[in-house]
Amino acid sequence: MSETPAIELRKINKRFGPVHANKDIDLVVKKGSIHGIIGENGAGKSTLMSILYGFYHADDGDILIDGKKETIPDSKAAIAMGIGMVHQHFMLVDNFSVLENVVLGAEDSQLLAGGLFRARSELKRLEEEYELRVDPDTLIEDLPVGLQQRVEILKALYRSAEILILDEPTGVLTPAEADHLFKILEVLRNEGKTVLLITHKLREIMAITDTVSVMRRGEMVATVETKDTSMEQLAELMVGRSVLLRVDKKPAEPKAPVMEVSNLTVTDSRGVQVVKDVSFSVRAGEIVGIAGVSGNGQSELLETLSGIRRATTGTLKIHGETIDLSTSTLDAADMRGKSMGHVPEDRHRMGLINSFTEYENSILGYHRDPAYSKGLLMDLATIKKNAVAEIEKYDIRPPNPMLKTANFSGGNQQKIVLAREIERDPEVLLVGQPTRGVDIGAIEFIHRRLVELRDAEKGILLVSVELDEIRALSDRVLVMFDGRIVGERGANAEEGDLGLLMAGVDNSPSVQGGMQ
Amino acid sequence: MTAGQLPRWVDLGLIPFLNLAAAFLVSGLVVVLIGENPLEAVQILVWGSLGYGEGIGFTLFYATNFIFTGLAVAVAFHAGLFNIGGEGQAYLGGLGVAFACLALDSVVPWYVTLPFAIIGSALTGAAWAFIPAWLQATRGSHVVITTIMFNFIASSLMVYLLNGMLKEQGSMQPETRTFEDGGRLPFLNDIFPSFGFGYAPVNLSLFLALAACLLVWLLIWRTKLGFEIRSFGANATAAIYAGISPVRTIVITMLISGGLAGMMAINEIMGSQHRLLIDFVTGYGFVGIAVALMGRAHPVGIILAAILFGMLYQGGAELSFEMPNITRDMIIVIQGLVILFAGALEYMFRPAIIRLFTPSQALKAKEA
Repeated sequence: MSETPAIELRKINKRFGPVHANKDIDLVVKKGSIHGIIGENGAGKSTLMSILYGFYHADDGDILIDGKKETIPDSKAAIAMGIGMVHQHFMLVDNFSVLENVVLGAEDSQLLAGGLFRARSELKRLEEEYELRVDPDTLIEDLPVGLQQRVEILKALYRSAEILILDEPTGVLTPAEADHLFKILEVLRNEGKTVLLITHKLREIMAITDTVSVMRRGEMVATVETKDTSMEQLAELMVGRSVLLRVDKKPAEPKAPVMEVSNLTVTDSRGVQVVKDVSFSVRAGEIVGIAGVSGNGQSELLETLSGIRRATTGTLKIHGETIDLSTSTLDAADMRGKSMGHVPEDRHRMGLINSFTEYENSILGYHRDPAYSKGLLMDLATIKKNAVAEIEKYDIRPPNPMLKTANFSGGNQQKIVLAREIERDPEVLLVGQPTRGVDIGAIEFIHRRLVELRDAEKGILLVSVELDEIRALSDRVLVMFDGRIVGERGANAEEGDLGLLMAGVDNSPSVQGGMQ
Repeated sequence: MTAGQLPRWVDLGLIPFLNLAAAFLVSGLVVVLIGENPLEAVQILVWGSLGYGEGIGFTLFYATNFIFTGLAVAVAFHAGLFNIGGEGQAYLGGLGVAFACLALDSVVPWYVTLPFAIIGSALTGAAWAFIPAWLQATRGSHVVITTIMFNFIASSLMVYLLNGMLKEQGSMQPETRTFEDGGRLPFLNDIFPSFGFGYAPVNLSLFLALAACLLVWLLIWRTKLGFEIRSFGANATAAIYAGISPVRTIVITMLISGGLAGMMAINEIMGSQHRLLIDFVTGYGFVGIAVALMGRAHPVGIILAAILFGMLYQGGAELSFEMPNITRDMIIVIQGLVILFAGALEYMFRPAIIRLFTPSQALKAKEA
């Protein structure tokens, strides 16, 4: 290991119009180390990495790779300098084989055969060197997510990357797959590669990195040795004040069920069963968490219950009625009428109309309420008054109902959605990924608000891919895998136990309410 | 970079002005190329459209047509639908007007006929938009394709009708009989002789068009239906989440859009021609797309853009009369350039303007 750092950034600045996304960033990444970059959403991590990978150009500042001053005009140049990137959303062609994907863009000649042949032997070498085993002839679409990510890493290594940037790599992985990824990263480090890991998960930083840099509001606020720091300290650095990482709540006192789902099966547009014979209930005064790796039917479950998607079979008991979901034509507005609120998983795509103002978004879905109309026209004064009240109560910033929701931060956007759904006082609240892309300060607030709602004897169904969140909030945890509920655990479920269930491995005999 | 970061006057004033200036600059070059003096051409164009009462009258008459077709396109825009079938819907609207006028013109005065003509034109225009709307909503057949095909069907249907059952007995012309007084809207020249509109066909439908602007504004920004239309147009997934039915929204929006396009026929048929005839729409439906684009799908913008295109129509006619080198086709070239710069190249100057304006904005934010 030489003394020259693999990457050195000096006074990098990047502005997007009035937004100063990177301010005088200095960063030194030692060769042969795993360097974590942590920060809240919008702290400037992705911008910085995009500059390094040639997607953006810094307004000023120097980039030194291996001690040499470089300009990186595009990603091709970055690859030539030995920088590889594994994106959060994989850049793979689903109906190509692993081998074809690895070669894609590095074919070397007009005829494929030569490149493919070289790639095959090279893959074999990489496999031996780094223990990165993937069958080169499998199609990407047949591979589980963890292996697809491995193909992304192989792609970078095939282009002889010395520096590997991973952007939020564990978002789509089960805990076991994440552990496996970390093992691979360790092997890579031991082989002398440099790894830059971008994440907002403190636990991962502590588990795997050698050094960690913390970004806040476009500035690099600290770089510390991982062994000399703690999660609490990092969280404080990220937010700029001390935060509570746990949720304070007293044990649940559940009452009668407010929502009962039985034998729900959902088939998607391709004819694939995505929710398979699911039954469960949510009682007043409890939070039922649905754990699972993203894409195991949780999204479809929420959409079906909230009236957005149609079910194949199943019944729903809510608000004193039993609804046959296979024949019901109730849409989202009708379900709201049955006292069901819904905080959707994706607030940008579904929960908000970002080109609308805050006050318009504050009635989305409730706009037919006669309280918001005066004769034929909408009563804008009442709507705005209402929006201002919600802004105050939920500390939404900036407190301006006339602002488009696109101009609010992720946390404040989520508060707008939450305020809208909770303030209509539903008996049942469906919540999907309440804190995805939300800063730590707002997470604290949102969690507290959900627990308050529970204590007000409402039933909450919480879907989240963040296991920490499920464990912190839920009074009961249901685990979904491949469209089924494969297990039920209590409030104090072990992480390892849940992790195994999420991966479809059920080695415990104590399935209490599972629907096997 | 969103438009919201620019001051409103830049977004709504400066940028359209620059686009127009660029269009006229290029048009000027074309005029130079065919050997005429562009400044003189501009002078003739402006004088011909605004310089005297009759010219203004014609400009406003054309503008009335453009307001209706522009509003039609704009309403559909708000739901994310691109209704380019205004041409056919307006053509069919003529049928509704003609039915009302032919049935009532010798029985009742014009102000009794007018409501029936309005309802008739809106109904036939809407009916013509209904099939594409229904296909879009339930089968996903794109309205751009279906509405443009319906323009051709409308054209053939009208030729068939006007050569057959609607033709006056014993006439060789493919048109209906001329309406009696009960089927004719008063010309503005007869109501306000002091304006000196002369023989310009501008008539009471101008006020109908302005009323339609107000109603469209109320509909889009002040009613639940408008909220649903805008929601669906801005984010269809969020609209479904909010319990807004896509089928209902698409169909209702297209019916309103088609109805507005159909009402254009009131100006042309009841206000000016006083008989239903072949090809009376002559492109007003298509220019409505440009009017809506330039007017940012907002009624005020549409009124301004409609007047601009009215000027181009009227001033252009004067121009080809005064400068024989500049033929009718040249005027279409100029209109085309305006549409190109104001519509298709709308975003050309935007990045530069944003660069120009954001540093000062950032400074302001710092000072604040």
